[in-house]
Amino acid sequence: MKTLRNYLDKVKPNFLPGGKWAMFRSVFEGFESFLYVPSTTSLSGVHIHDSVDTKRTMSVVILALMPALLFGMYNVGYQHYLALGELSVTGFWPIFFFGFLAVLPKIIVSYVVGLGIEFIVAQWRGHEIQEGFLVSGILIPMIVPVDTPLWMLAVATAFAVIFAKEVFGGTGMNIFNVALVTRAFLFFAYPSKMSGDGVFVRTLDTFGLGAGQVCDSFSGATPLGQVATHTGGDLVLHNIVGTPLSTLDNFLGLIPGSIGETSTLAILIGAVILLWTGVASWRVMFSVFVGGLVMGTIAWLFPSSVYPASFLSPLNQLCLGGFAFAAVFMATDPVTGARTRTGQYIYGFLIGLIAILIRVYNTGYPEGAMLAVLLMNVFAPLIDHFVVGANIKRRLKRAERRKTELL
Amino acid sequence: MANVIKLKKGLDIPLKGQPEAHIVEAPASEYYALVPDDFHGIVPKVVVKPGDKVKVGTPLWFDKSNPALQFVSPVSGEVSAVNRGERRKVLNVTVKSDGKKESVEVTVPKINELTGEQVKEMMLQYGLFPFIKQRPYDVIANPDVAPRDIFVTTWDSAPLAPDFDFVMKGQEIDLQAGIDVLRKLTTGRVYVGIRFGSGVNVKGAHTFVFKGPHPAGNVGVQIEHIAPISKGETVWTLNAFDLLIIGRFFGRGRLDFSRLVALTGSEVKSPCYVRTVLGASVASIVGDNLIPATHHRRYISGNVLTGTRLGEEDYLRAPHSQITVIPEGDDCYELLGWALPGVRKYSISRTFFSWMSGHRSYSMDARLHGGERAIIMQGEYDKVLPMDILPEYLIKAILAFDIDKMENLGIYEIAPEDFALCEFVDTSKLPLQAIIRDGLDKLRKEVN
Repeated sequence: MKTLRNYLDKVKPNFLPGGKWAMFRSVFEGFESFLYVPSTTSLSGVHIHDSVDTKRTMSVVILALMPALLFGMYNVGYQHYLALGELSVTGFWPIFFFGFLAVLPKIIVSYVVGLGIEFIVAQWRGHEIQEGFLVSGILIPMIVPVDTPLWMLAVATAFAVIFAKEVFGGTGMNIFNVALVTRAFLFFAYPSKMSGDGVFVRTLDTFGLGAGQVCDSFSGATPLGQVATHTGGDLVLHNIVGTPLSTLDNFLGLIPGSIGETSTLAILIGAVILLWTGVASWRVMFSVFVGGLVMGTIAWLFPSSVYPASFLSPLNQLCLGGFAFAAVFMATDPVTGARTRTGQYIYGFLIGLIAILIRVYNTGYPEGAMLAVLLMNVFAPLIDHFVVGANIKRRLKRAERRKTELL
Repeated sequence: MANVIKLKKGLDIPLKGQPEAHIVEAPASEYYALVPDDFHGIVPKVVVKPGDKVKVGTPLWFDKSNPALQFVSPVSGEVSAVNRGERRKVLNVTVKSDGKKESVEVTVPKINELTGEQVKEMMLQYGLFPFIKQRPYDVIANPDVAPRDIFVTTWDSAPLAPDFDFVMKGQEIDLQAGIDVLRKLTTGRVYVGIRFGSGVNVKGAHTFVFKGPHPAGNVGVQIEHIAPISKGETVWTLNAFDLLIIGRFFGRGRLDFSRLVALTGSEVKSPCYVRTVLGASVASIVGDNLIPATHHRRYISGNVLTGTRLGEEDYLRAPHSQITVIPEGDDCYELLGWALPGVRKYSISRTFFSWMSGHRSYSMDARLHGGERAIIMQGEYDKVLPMDILPEYLIKAILAFDIDKMENLGIYEIAPEDFALCEFVDTSKLPLQAIIRDGLDKLRKEVN
């Protein structure tokens, strides 16, 4: 450990301005502060600081994403072997390993592309490498179908990092959630690889693993995909081999869907971590669920075969698709969300409401949660503007009142 | 005491080194110093030169924009140096003490025979007026502007701060005399903020009891909950530690700048109270009362949130009744510190596992623990600011120097100290107090 520190101290001068590798200064600083907590001490103001910093905060978010990610990996393998009809003869670890191999390249591509751009921009602007993409980089592979090609992912990630974040000034300055812009870009640029029956379950092998023929009863439609194409009266959701799904199945998440989004249970474990550590705002998270429940109940009370999603119970609405994931990990993004306390209630509630509204009454688009968050990203500053305005009005009124008291 | 105000927001940082209730007599300091920077908002015109004999109360400098405002020597002896920095800025004036504590001759009439004007004149002349600050702008009060009200806080709620009840023992009449004097200075009210459970008892003032974590003792927070400041109003503020010196002068007729100072912090072997005089050298106060160690240390005049960083050869600053010594921390590197459980790291969030270790106190050093970032996390400042103010929006308005917005969001009600806890908890490590100070100074220049 001492040796490493000594080595860093030895090579450091090369990276300072004027040194021979000065062009990699940001990269060096990034690695140094990754290895060692910087020992800079306060120069003005408070003499002591809270131990938490953005690195720690981001690490906690990544930790909170782990249950959903690991479950997602297992589920990718589970759906694959279910489609092949080999589930009963395959053990836990081969199933997980198949999913792991299928998901890992996506994580690597997202990080390499995103962090690469981040490093270049940091060096170009001469500031430290910022941690924001650590979270975005893991969110991106979790909100896409398993069969989205890697090159599309790379293009979309590059687009999102450059045009949704860096042009606005980097971490903390962006208007839209970077991961959601990636997904929106993919959805509108390559719709055939982002939705439909063919992308949510991997039927081919992964690196030669798990090759085989899908069984006859196979259909790769996600529950919400089934809803979108449903006609007529009673709606019964079923899994990819035709077995009916209960609300509990939807909650546990062994269903087809985007990699990290299927298990509401795993997502809720992440939610507990985020709320307990105080990293995410419970106001936002709570009100998204309330909003979803309200709209889900309204739709359920007035079912119509024109809008088949209105047959879903409010609880199913919350468990299916990306709703829970959006509520816990997307809506709570502090940078793009509402920042005032009152604003957060409104912001969250509207996300939940609009998500279910799109899902039920826009039959062309079976999943509304992510779009609802993006839409509300736009309105968050407006909501805050009114909350701040109320504070100002209160202060002016108070001054008026004092004046009349004195007269 | 009917008026109890309970505050929920805020934070008591559990630091090691709470002062114990016993008093140590400090050895007399050889040199004493007065620092113009400690009196924010004045421009000093020095009237002494090295070699001049001074007594307690002899003016050392006055304020250029208000020559009646005198700053006087806290001890008797001989001026040893007028230290100047860049562009001949006065850094401090040091006085070599003769140990006699001889003061200038002064006869103080009984308080009830004095008029407000006389009180003000005497305070200006004998260097007591600079203990009064004003809002807006958090600067030394302008004696020519009549204050709407005067606010006194008898509670320093900052980390490891001296307990006023203990300091006040035997000086209760000085406190009362101080309040009586303040009543002469305003046609408005004199408000006194008191800690819940404190034995402070004063007559002739409007008392309010405050309960809650720091910054409940901050006078700005108390004003907000008693009678907030609107645009165009001026109020004066004092802390009770300084009021004792004022009361001593008017009540006992004695010009005496001695103070009881809390010696605190995790580096101090036995934290205690030290009897000394304003401007005494840090060495005379701290002595050898430190835990033996080889790492770097940081000496602070005042508390860890708002205090002034000192060198080892430095002096107790005029506004402070506390010296804090903590580890500097610039000589330790932590491998992968952001990823470790961190059971010994204090954080208001539960991102470190120190929350599992139960209630204990922490020895914190001066490290930032991270790099400066844009404001990312939301609602962090709100948790520790018990005022009807939107801290993040006010900070942004100041950074953009949007005067309308600053006024509308309450810039006139605040002082940098009110944002000290926000700065402490800030994940983005922004220098919030400096931003506020800068904003107030610029606004003062712009408006006047």
